[in-house]
Amino acid sequence: MSDNVKFLQGNEACVEAALYSGMDFFAGYPITPSTEIAEQMAIRLPRIGGTYLQMEDEIASLCAIIGASLTGHKVMTATSGPGFSLMQEALGYAVMAEIPCVIVNVQRGGPSTGNPTHVSQGDVNQARWGTHGDHAIVALTASNHEDLFRVTVEGFNIAETYRTPVILLFDEVVGHMREKLVIPNPGEIPLVERLKTSVKEGIDYHPYLPREDGRLPMSDFGAVHRYNVTGLFHDMWGFPTDNPKIVHGLLRHLVDKIDNNAHKIAMYKDFYVDDADRLLISYGSAARSALHVVENRRSRGERLGLLELQTLWPFPAQIVRERARGMQSVTVVEMNKGQVLEAVKSAVDKPDRVFLANRTDGVLITPTDIRNFLRVIKGKGI
Amino acid sequence: MAIKDYIRERFFPHMWCPGCGHGMVLNGLLRAIETLGMSKNEIVMVSGIGCSSRISGYVDFHTLHTIHGRALAFATGVKMSRPELNLIVPMGDGDALSIGGNHFIHACRRNIAMTAIVMNNRIYGMTGGQFSPLTGYGAMATTAPYRNIDHGFDIVQLAMAAGATYVARTTTYHVKQMTEILRDAIIHEGFSVVEIMSQCPTYFGRKNKIGDAPEMLEWFKNTTTPIGSKAKQEDPSLIERGVFVQKELPEYCSEYAKVVERAMKGRS
Repeated sequence: MSDNVKFLQGNEACVEAALYSGMDFFAGYPITPSTEIAEQMAIRLPRIGGTYLQMEDEIASLCAIIGASLTGHKVMTATSGPGFSLMQEALGYAVMAEIPCVIVNVQRGGPSTGNPTHVSQGDVNQARWGTHGDHAIVALTASNHEDLFRVTVEGFNIAETYRTPVILLFDEVVGHMREKLVIPNPGEIPLVERLKTSVKEGIDYHPYLPREDGRLPMSDFGAVHRYNVTGLFHDMWGFPTDNPKIVHGLLRHLVDKIDNNAHKIAMYKDFYVDDADRLLISYGSAARSALHVVENRRSRGERLGLLELQTLWPFPAQIVRERARGMQSVTVVEMNKGQVLEAVKSAVDKPDRVFLANRTDGVLITPTDIRNFLRVIKGKGI
Repeated sequence: MAIKDYIRERFFPHMWCPGCGHGMVLNGLLRAIETLGMSKNEIVMVSGIGCSSRISGYVDFHTLHTIHGRALAFATGVKMSRPELNLIVPMGDGDALSIGGNHFIHACRRNIAMTAIVMNNRIYGMTGGQFSPLTGYGAMATTAPYRNIDHGFDIVQLAMAAGATYVARTTTYHVKQMTEILRDAIIHEGFSVVEIMSQCPTYFGRKNKIGDAPEMLEWFKNTTTPIGSKAKQEDPSLIERGVFVQKELPEYCSEYAKVVERAMKGRS
């Protein structure tokens, strides 16, 4: 058997994907259910001359990788709910200062310490609005190891393309589940590398002046251009300003660079959607049960389809609207109180036909759970 | 190189109040760097939030103005990813020791080569004069209108206990000593902590009726004494200044290089 075929946990698949992407700097703090990522990084990174750094908390972990990103490295940290809460201020800093970085949140039950060893998808809205102030954000997820690998690589690509933090919003089931992964050969998935400035030494470099395509070429700390990086609103040199025109322009740039490219960032999978009359929308480990239900009902002649979302933010509203059009019902299958449900309702033409099939007790939602919800939605007993 | 060549003139005049000690720290720091003849491209200055932290905007180095209390964590990431760079981390007393206290002790413990400068004016200046962990028992602040009941940290003792391998204290009155200490701290192979007592006439001086900047500088002169001086024996309330610790211990980046070496050997 080829060395490329592995049987491993989702957390390990995430490590493989990060290394494939060229990530060579990781800082973290132990927390269930993401700890295996840190443990694997501690083994793997020194072997390739990369850096594994265990910091004093999650705040410091995100701060450290932002610092390392500025010297030109692809960087990552991994955590779960409580640690992700602690990271919110530094996450906003990475948004404002436009620092490429990848933050993994292997979701567990919350609020607070919650249900550390059990599954949840309760951090979807935290990923969207956890840090203060207006901003755009990218959050991706996956339901199986092959997808998790591709989504992770794509996460690094998006971080570099748009100079933004990217959140990989996995969950405990996918993180701890073991299944087969065939690691793609080098070059099989294209990688986006850091866009470096071509401005020569001695010429005034404007670190925060976007090119015509909206991208900002960077100069590494330690290279010939010395500039300022701040979490304050700043001018094209990175120097703080409260000039209303500059403040307005920068905020618009930060939001537009993500929202205007939502169609490029949108990752999703259609299962039996073309001829469906009822649609499930799901993501992460919940989508595994949703797909099981769809295939089971199809075998009985029911025209059920599934839209599996991999990009949660920016919300792929157009894709959802198109898929939901004409459906008798749209049922969002997720393990929270309806966080993606609300985004789906906002996106579709007929929000009164959108229903929730959920479970929030730390147990993976089962195909039977979903089927029972569908019967209730159809007005049948369970 | 002239001092002027180390600053970003475009961004002056600075935003500090008249009489503030932070400009004197900036001057002392640049003179120290000048004596070392370091290239500007080799220096990264990382700061947090507060009056002191605005220093990073004014210097022509790679500058990273971060979030409150976390400067040392950002700096650790920069240093670990490019160990050949020289990291200078100026912080205020509240920034370094209140919100950033945890990062401070852990950076000391790791003995990672960088220079932490605590510009200690014993007050939160940017927000208008609230008490900090360095204000001290009995002092006045806008949030201690009936006198402060919080006891202050001793930055030197804290840094020593946490494992910093270079620890010194000076004041803005003692500018020559400040420059010498900063020079030695920057070239020290390990984590160095320099406490610089700096005057905030606008808030600490006014609230505590010490006077304006000249009176506060006089106050630094009269309330401090060289380490182990006769004056200290006669008056234990005097604050000692000078170099408290200067020792060689394994540095964090060098230790990590050994980890990489061991990992690479284990593989083959």
